[in-house]
Amino acid sequence: MDKEQLMADLKKQIITQLNLKDLKPEDIGNDQPLFVEGLGLDSIDALELIVLLQQEYKIKLSNADEGPKVFQSVKTMAEYIIAHQGQNA
Amino acid sequence: MSTKVFVAGVGVISSIGNKVAENLHALEHSKPGMGEMSLLQSVHKTLPVAEVKRSNAELVAATGLPAHTTRTALLSSIAAREAFDDAAIPGFDRLRTGFISANTVGGMDKSEDFFVTFHANAATGRLRDVVNHECGSATEIVADQLGIRNYISTISTACSSSANAIFFGARLIKYGQLDVVIAGGADALAKFTLNGFNSLMILDQEFCKPFDENRKGLNLGEGAGYVVLVSEKVAATLNKPVYCSLSGYCNANDAYHQTASSPDGTGSFLAMKGALEQSGLTAADISYINLHGTGTQNNDIAEGAAIKQLFAPHYPKMSSTKSFTGHTLGGCGGIEAVFSVLSIKHGITYPNLRFHTQMKELPFAPETSFSKNVPVQHVLSNSFGFGGNCSSLIFSTL
Amino acid sequence: MKKYILSTGNISPQQTFGQPFTQAEIITYTGNRMAAAEPDYSKLIDVKLIRRMSRIIKLGVAAAMECLQKANINAPDAIITGTAYGCLQDTEVFLTRLVENKEELLAPTAFIQSTHNTVGAQIALMLKCHAYNNTFVHRGFSFESALLDGCLLLEEQKANTVLIGGIDEITDTSHAILTRLGLYRRGAKGGEGAAFFLLANQPSGSDYARLDGMETLYKPKTVRDVEAAIQSFLAANGIGMHDVDLVITGQNGDAKGDAIYKQLSAVVWNNTPATGFKHLCGEYPTATAFALWLAAEILKEGKAPPAVGQVTVDKPVKRILICNHFQNIHHSFFLLTAC
Repeated sequence: MDKEQLMADLKKQIITQLNLKDLKPEDIGNDQPLFVEGLGLDSIDALELIVLLQQEYKIKLSNADEGPKVFQSVKTMAEYIIAHQGQNA
Repeated sequence: MSTKVFVAGVGVISSIGNKVAENLHALEHSKPGMGEMSLLQSVHKTLPVAEVKRSNAELVAATGLPAHTTRTALLSSIAAREAFDDAAIPGFDRLRTGFISANTVGGMDKSEDFFVTFHANAATGRLRDVVNHECGSATEIVADQLGIRNYISTISTACSSSANAIFFGARLIKYGQLDVVIAGGADALAKFTLNGFNSLMILDQEFCKPFDENRKGLNLGEGAGYVVLVSEKVAATLNKPVYCSLSGYCNANDAYHQTASSPDGTGSFLAMKGALEQSGLTAADISYINLHGTGTQNNDIAEGAAIKQLFAPHYPKMSSTKSFTGHTLGGCGGIEAVFSVLSIKHGITYPNLRFHTQMKELPFAPETSFSKNVPVQHVLSNSFGFGGNCSSLIFSTL
Repeated sequence: MKKYILSTGNISPQQTFGQPFTQAEIITYTGNRMAAAEPDYSKLIDVKLIRRMSRIIKLGVAAAMECLQKANINAPDAIITGTAYGCLQDTEVFLTRLVENKEELLAPTAFIQSTHNTVGAQIALMLKCHAYNNTFVHRGFSFESALLDGCLLLEEQKANTVLIGGIDEITDTSHAILTRLGLYRRGAKGGEGAAFFLLANQPSGSDYARLDGMETLYKPKTVRDVEAAIQSFLAANGIGMHDVDLVITGQNGDAKGDAIYKQLSAVVWNNTPATGFKHLCGEYPTATAFALWLAAEILKEGKAPPAVGQVTVDKPVKRILICNHFQNIHHSFFLLTAC
């Protein structure tokens, strides 16, 4: 899976899933922190991203505690997806 | 106007018993109510739930209500009737009476089934499954059964709902609007709520461990609990002593996040402090705290932090009876109010089941055994809900 | 218990938000559904917060914010809401996914927003308000209960100002179901809206009106019972029908339900000008919040604005009686006096 393409797709999906209507994909940096600072997402958004991961990529994060590391940035999300591809939910 | 409000009757149905005596027995003998899902039809069969051990058909037979009645209304009817009968108020029909009930589920147990059919074809689905969807419907079904007409209302503030109902009822009596109020709440299990909490990832896959360092979440439960509140004047006419008084109450808002509590438990602290101020008591006067204690990481640390701030260095006995009944959502304030009242009446305190390891942030631990012959003077009951809605009630011996 | 209405905020099927109602033209609706005329929320609510708000939450928050801003109050001492149907859109979104995905892959936002106290909670969150917060969900008494709770707090001196609102929404699904349940088959139109009020114990000098009293009556057996309740309500306030300048009634186009008002007008307010209000806002359980807003507007102006359309009153309007019922189960009466 091409990481650049994956990151581009993720940005679009994040915007849709989290209803970030005022943002465009190019507004989200690859390394930009998603939580607290940066985009300022919170714990509910983390849960939404867990569903996104399962829905679009069939990857299950069974422990919500893994979230902060996986969802640190679009890049870490992409890397996690690539590493766990093929592991069915 | 009445300066004091008394509890003249109690009624409860939960996963640990279909009436007060059965609940008391289970509490004394450490018999929790959670277990394998048997009545609720959900795909999440491995999640422990605390079901009332009666089918809808059995509840219908016990209440005399129509067969299509929602489970929330059925549970409400049983507990409210028990409280009503327990109070046995002479001349009830000549008094100004009120019914303030609370729930969050309403008729969702039936509506969610209606929706399956309706969603496929908007012209289908049995209307009788959706006609009582509103929270207020369950209240009216029971008020009509009990013959209460002067004032009826329904509150829905997530997990603090029935605590709010109880003290709203008390205020109506104090203001002189009503003489008797039956107040409390109910909630039935439904796929909607089970899946909702599951999506928040705060359900324990095992039986919950409130206030334990290794707690993993809550177990959903169902049930109903009501108290009969009376004015001083009505209390004087009763044929048996009242249980206790409702001496303090307060609602405050955490205003931190839609679902999570602030780490220092601001809302919880303000609610408990406000209830103490209302009752004229100090923290040292509290004999027992019935914790909200859901077993989630977030609630227990927030509630614990608030208790530490308010009670340090002397902590009263405390426990979460949700370790028995599960989290009954809109019903928990009412059910736990009944347990608090019984604590005073019988001089008992309850254990916090499955507690093993003290939370590292807290300098106190809940009770692990049932105690008798306890001089219980004042009980604080906490109910903290989504939307930062935090309520505390204080019941006091006479 | 006399309470002063400091301020109001109302989003409804009419142009009632962000401008004086006296300048508005009535919007008439064909069909049996009247949708709220919504403002551009992005101008009123932070974009970061809007993303997680469904329609009813935006309706409620915007109306509440307007009410507070007009009174220049940042933090009321209580926030109390009444809603019979709650957050329908979020409930439907979650239910739909539940059914379509067979209980798998469910995202939490819609569930969190579906709880009935979300509007009140969101207002508290935005204002960082730790004060008393309650939500009533009792059908045609939802708003009345919220109002009673707020007035009680003021009486108890637990609050100086209380923010009280009545909110209900229509969705395609709820409209379809209510239509099948027969609510609109005899001429009533479904409505929706969010109306908020800031109440205080003491007059401010620039209040809209004074709320002198409010009563509710549950399942009266006959119209005579309603008549008796109204007379007793007026007497308890030390006045008679001749002291009332205008009656606002809840006729909604349903001939059966409206017959009650016809009977009452013959025996109770036969000489007093009367107007309906549901031709402006439609029928819904918390429609009395709109009626209270309308009464407050009229008393502030001293006369009924042309937009109301149904009545001409020759003399200044100083006292209004509101009489409403929802499905002949929930009757309520309000008495207001000009300040």
